[in-house]
Amino acid sequence: MNSPIALLIVDDENIVRDSLSKWFREDGYSVGTAENAVVALRQMQTQHWDIILLDIKMPGMDGIELQQKIKEIDATATIIFITAHASVDTAVQALKSGAFDYITKPIDPDHLSHLVLNAIKHRALQNENATLKEQISEFLNPDDIIGDSPQMKKVLELTQTVARTDTTVMIRGESGTGKELVARAIHCNSERKYFPIVTVNCGALPEGILESELFGHERGAFTGAQYRRKGKLELADGGTLFLDEVGNIDMKTQMDLLRVIETKQFTRVGGNNIIKVDFRIICATNKDLEKAIAEGTFREDLYYRLNVFTIIIPPLRERKSDIPILANFFVKKHARVMGKPVASFSAEAMDTLVQYDWRGNVRELENAVERAMVIKKNNVILADELPFQLSEHHQYFTSGSLAAMEREHIVSILKQNNWNISRSAEILQIDRVTLYNKIEKYELKRPS
Amino acid sequence: MTSTITILNATTLSASPLRDILHEVEKNLRCSVSLQKHSLDIEKTFDTSRGQYYSTAILTQVMKRAPVSTKCVALVDVDVFIPVLSFVFGEAQFGGNATVVSTHRLCNQFYGMPADESLHVQRIAKEIIHELGHTYGLYHCRNFECVMRSSTYVEDIDLKKSSLCNECWQLFEILSLNNLKKNE
Repeated sequence: MNSPIALLIVDDENIVRDSLSKWFREDGYSVGTAENAVVALRQMQTQHWDIILLDIKMPGMDGIELQQKIKEIDATATIIFITAHASVDTAVQALKSGAFDYITKPIDPDHLSHLVLNAIKHRALQNENATLKEQISEFLNPDDIIGDSPQMKKVLELTQTVARTDTTVMIRGESGTGKELVARAIHCNSERKYFPIVTVNCGALPEGILESELFGHERGAFTGAQYRRKGKLELADGGTLFLDEVGNIDMKTQMDLLRVIETKQFTRVGGNNIIKVDFRIICATNKDLEKAIAEGTFREDLYYRLNVFTIIIPPLRERKSDIPILANFFVKKHARVMGKPVASFSAEAMDTLVQYDWRGNVRELENAVERAMVIKKNNVILADELPFQLSEHHQYFTSGSLAAMEREHIVSILKQNNWNISRSAEILQIDRVTLYNKIEKYELKRPS
Repeated sequence: MTSTITILNATTLSASPLRDILHEVEKNLRCSVSLQKHSLDIEKTFDTSRGQYYSTAILTQVMKRAPVSTKCVALVDVDVFIPVLSFVFGEAQFGGNATVVSTHRLCNQFYGMPADESLHVQRIAKEIIHELGHTYGLYHCRNFECVMRSSTYVEDIDLKKSSLCNECWQLFEILSLNNLKKNE
């Protein structure tokens, strides 16, 4: 044995301690002995023991009581009780109190040998299981939800709070704010984290397909259904079902979904077998569901089923203090992916990023940073390496006026056509003179 | 290797199987092995409550009789035990000079099978070599063919060979050299 298994024998009979320790030493174990609970607890404090053989009947503190104290010191200790009195009661009591097994004196050597080997295997599996869980946790850990603004701190706080429960969560926010990221964070911090999180993009699938996608189908359920297929509901069993763009589900599927949420059972399309499932629902939408209810396109009962705990992710333009943190995070992320050195932003570029409106939210910011990382010439990202003329854009676009919109559009067309006036005028469906006038009016300048 | 082994015979085994056992031990441990009449008080070690003989008490007697430079094996035909276990095939003084081997559970008749003298001899020789291995300081081996593999059933003994595996043999050579130096 490369690293000997440490085995502690606790028995008030000297002869038992001696003979057992001799027996185990010949097997290469590292053996310690204790004649009573006090000595055993002292031994527990000074050294780690893998397996503890514990006599039930001892003067003073008995084995069952001592086991509880041992578990307080080392919850992972594997305990095997030794008893001279083979009674079912004692055995049941020992096993109920968390012992690995029990053995009666005099011990059959073969039984003892197998029992200890099983305990070692059990322990090795426990350790392996713990290590694998840790590795899975690391693997499952979603991208960090970045943000230091009070709004995002609140989102993180709510995420942490709701993750520990099994409550249905509705995440609301504009497109690109990171709703799926929050859903994954909730799942990965929940008791269900070792089971899958299954995402259904309700907006991307037509009516019939969504039904089959959710519930699965039996062979021959419809033309083309050549094989039985499990649906997302079945795949999410034990884990989390993430319904993205839930506001886009058609009325029939809404009714079916409501039934599943209430009964936690369903049948596959074209099937009769009732399938029981256990999953948590997290849904996300950027739609105004209350308006949809008023318009009769979203079921009110489903809304109340889904809208138990709401997390609203604020748009990026409402938490501008997060932009530098996010931008630097994405620089590091894409530098790693592209195998480039980590770049920084010039003061002007960073100012541009902060001032920009970010209608596409975090997703747009990430795309902008990724693009800048591709085209940057040196290790500092400059404002003109960003995919927009931001300062001008911000100055006019944020005013929300028609003139600002017009200016924005003209700038965009001119840029696309490399300031070719004739081509731009043609696209804008105005004559060249009008375009010149507008360039003058909006003080537009061709970049040098 | 000049280490000496003495077998104190307290069994009713006849000369022929004893000769074969000695030869097997000599062959596998490359030591000279001699046979002596025993002067052990086996009956003194009888435990009335269990109806068996206390192995450690026999071992203590052997330890007292064993000369410093000789490994002594008490070969008994009574059923032996140590208090916590229901039986043992043998017991050794780990890293010491004394060992006890019982032939009681090594014969086929004990398990209701027809007698097989050759198998009996093989089992006794394996157990003697195994317990002597412990007196040299060898631990149980995981190699299922090695004589130092732990055996709790007689079938386990039949599965293994009479010899030490390469790893145990290398260790045995070092340990027996140390043993010789210690006794010089």
